[in-house]
Amino acid sequence: MNPSPPILLSVDGVSCQYGRRTAVANTSFALARGMLACLLGPSGCGKTTLLRAIAGFHQLRAGSIHLNGRCLSDARGSLPPERRNLSMVFQEHALFPHLNVEKNVAAGLHAVTRAAQKKIARRMLERVGLSDLSRRYPHELSGGQQQRVALARALAPKPRLLLMDEPFSNLDLDLREKMRQEVRSLLKEFGATCLLVTHDQQDAFTFGEQVGVMHNGAIEQWDTAYRLYHQPATRFVADFIGEGVFLDGVVAANHQIETELACLRGARAHSYAVGTAVKVLLRPDDILHDDHSSRTAKIKKRTFRGENYLYTLALPSGKEILSLVPSHHKHAVGEDLGIVLDIDHLVVFAAADC
Amino acid sequence: MTAGAATQHRRRRAAWQIFPRLDAWQLGAFCVAALCLLPVATILWLAFFPNENIWSHLLATTLPKYVGNTLLLLGGVGGFVLVTGVATAGLVTTCEFPLRKWLEWLLLLPLAMPAYVVAYLYTDLLEFAGPVQSALRAAFGWQLASDYWFPAIRSLGGAIMVMGLVLYPYVYLLARASLLEQSRYLLDISRLLGRGPLSTFFYVSLPIARPAIAVGVALALMETLNDFGTVDFFAVQTLTAGLYDVWLNMDNLGGAAQIAATMLAFAMLLIALEYRGRRHRRFQQSAGRFAAKTRRPLHGVGKWAALAGCAAPVLFGFFVPAAVLLRYAVIHFDASWSGQFREYAFNSLWVSTIAAATSVALAIGVGYARRLHGSLATAAARIASLGYAVPGAVLAVGVLIPLAAVDNAVDAWLRAHFNFSSGLLLSGSSAAIIFAYVIRFLAVAIGAVEASFGKVSEAMHMAARTLGHGAWRTLRRFHLPLLKSGVLTAALIIFVDCMKELPATLLLRPFNFETLATHVYHFAADEMLAQSALGALCIVVAGLLPILILSRTIAHDAISKRGEHDATHPLTNQPSATATAAEKL
Repeated sequence: MNPSPPILLSVDGVSCQYGRRTAVANTSFALARGMLACLLGPSGCGKTTLLRAIAGFHQLRAGSIHLNGRCLSDARGSLPPERRNLSMVFQEHALFPHLNVEKNVAAGLHAVTRAAQKKIARRMLERVGLSDLSRRYPHELSGGQQQRVALARALAPKPRLLLMDEPFSNLDLDLREKMRQEVRSLLKEFGATCLLVTHDQQDAFTFGEQVGVMHNGAIEQWDTAYRLYHQPATRFVADFIGEGVFLDGVVAANHQIETELACLRGARAHSYAVGTAVKVLLRPDDILHDDHSSRTAKIKKRTFRGENYLYTLALPSGKEILSLVPSHHKHAVGEDLGIVLDIDHLVVFAAADC
Repeated sequence: MTAGAATQHRRRRAAWQIFPRLDAWQLGAFCVAALCLLPVATILWLAFFPNENIWSHLLATTLPKYVGNTLLLLGGVGGFVLVTGVATAGLVTTCEFPLRKWLEWLLLLPLAMPAYVVAYLYTDLLEFAGPVQSALRAAFGWQLASDYWFPAIRSLGGAIMVMGLVLYPYVYLLARASLLEQSRYLLDISRLLGRGPLSTFFYVSLPIARPAIAVGVALALMETLNDFGTVDFFAVQTLTAGLYDVWLNMDNLGGAAQIAATMLAFAMLLIALEYRGRRHRRFQQSAGRFAAKTRRPLHGVGKWAALAGCAAPVLFGFFVPAAVLLRYAVIHFDASWSGQFREYAFNSLWVSTIAAATSVALAIGVGYARRLHGSLATAAARIASLGYAVPGAVLAVGVLIPLAAVDNAVDAWLRAHFNFSSGLLLSGSSAAIIFAYVIRFLAVAIGAVEASFGKVSEAMHMAARTLGHGAWRTLRRFHLPLLKSGVLTAALIIFVDCMKELPATLLLRPFNFETLATHVYHFAADEMLAQSALGALCIVVAGLLPILILSRTIAHDAISKRGEHDATHPLTNQPSATATAAEKL
């Protein structure tokens, strides 16, 4: 077994409340040093509250947070944010408007002399590629530049942990993709440990080596992006990540489920007894188009997505399924589309749970 | 665990800073709120548990008259400011006529005039021996007062006119802002549905502006209730005048507190009116974006009527009294520029400066407590902001009684233990005046500081904290630089308000301590306007400063052709702040 890197951040059984409303409920996870992790969830799921609790802006009702073996917060009290040795990057970048770029970057460097501050700030700006802009003020920068300054400012004091709150949400689409890559490689280069909070799956998939999906104040699954998509642990994760529909079925054998579409076979075993009523997750990429297939379904809707079409197909029972088809296969609404099934991972939930 | 690790662990535990539910900032905010509640609580206590019950006596004799006169005054001023404020705001926002751009900010000028100064000046102009009646007599050959009819200026009607003339800008300012904010599309739709411009104004624009107008009227009426100088000079027996009579002439503090309690009831009604207005205003503002408005050019008679209609309030509310004042001040400069005058001016200056600085400092503390802790401190801020609605005379009664109690306790203790008398440390010194000023004007500071704190986002604050700056350092290095302009403007407004303040100062000033306001009051009440003109002029000039700041934003609006206020201006970038600025200018 590989010696796994030591745990840096551990969150144990943390609960937080706003007044009487519980925002985070008994949540635990651990983050190894050098890891880039994401908390992913819809708005109001408690992910930002959890981040604020780690930063020291929110009290815990229960549980504890340790960084590098040192207790930061528990139900009795908490270390003030300025003494936690962690940094934060925000959606709106939160640069100080009355300080220029260099002074912004130096804002977290108070243990060293003025000259050293200047030197470190210059070096940080060089590494994020903004050396020429050190005299500019925040309002004179573009969104991407502001983001890089915010990152340089957060990394300059060499924090043990970097927290990022929706850092890419304020950028427009093109820039967002570019910044995700750029920030990720920069953080890897610095060897930083980072926890990012987002509601955007693309952020989480591109950025996170590990992703925790949060729902109703709890982490439903803490896993790699690949497994979240292909092996969702809960119905919520299956719904929230990617697209797909649930098809009713009955367990026929350990690897087989009888549905109205076909008898589905998957590589992964499930634990349901033969005869149990279940629901099977069908992703749009599980259903492929083949003009020669004998199995067909009626096209109800067609959405153009550029490189492919998303077809909504109706089965004889009226149940709708989705199919992703390369965009040179153009078929009209009302036509019967030939389909084949390509299911690797059978994702099954008991119908009673749904 | 080794011994070393255990020691280290213990040291870490010692480094804990436990966040208790109440920290110093929050505690401070609550103390400020408690101090602001003290006068009101005192009055309610005295009114319901008096040493000597004169309720029945009051009810049987003077109280009905006081209440009746107060209601008439409030009704009259309310009607005056409503009509004047809405008409002028409607004209400058929807029509184009000569001098419109100028009038748009000139209409604010009467706010700089304290009502009592205008009352003295109009009395001087319009009384029997004054220039107007003299000219009429000369022109028509009349001899005696019985030869002709001329309205008596020193009357309830005169008080309504004088206060209406200086208070209508509250309604004007808020109605104007609301009319400018309205979505262009709503008006377009009304026109498309077949309403003419006038009908659109009355059936669409005005109803939408109604909450803002209600806030303006409520603020003007609070000032009316607060006034002492005018009603005293015109011998209108309102509650305020009654309170002075019962306290100063009959020496009955309990009775004064009971009248004060009656005034508090009026004040609460006005707060309710204002609050309702503000709540509805919030709905109105979510209605949508506003687009640039085009004003309808007026022609012929309409053009000149609009000009006259907007010029009249400015003329009679500012330029006529200002001209008379200026003339007196220049002619009698030698008589007024005395050592005494300089002493009073200096008194005004330092008392107002201390009060303004204290208010702003407290407001920053309360505002920062909100930033750090949210909801609980927000409640404290709301309570601390209530003082603006409490009339000055009521506040004076409520401040004096607890301070005197503290003084007496300290004095008795010192005598008992050290055989030494401290006298009246607080209630007998200018500390009482400053205390009252701070309570009365803290709302202005809190409003402005809150608006400025809005410029420092939550994230910016969190960024500073995670970058290793403590709460104090974050305030000093990252908040204060951004709060500066808003805080300075608030300090200026409060300073000017304190300079003008008369009712509380009159009741609370120590023996032989005069400010410019009380000096003007004393001389003018004795019909020695000449000697007090310079003092009055100083107050008016000081009062012009915040008006000019506000008018600059209005001029800026006109240039940018947008309904929005200059977003960088701390007093106008939030609806509540605009109102607060208007509130106390």
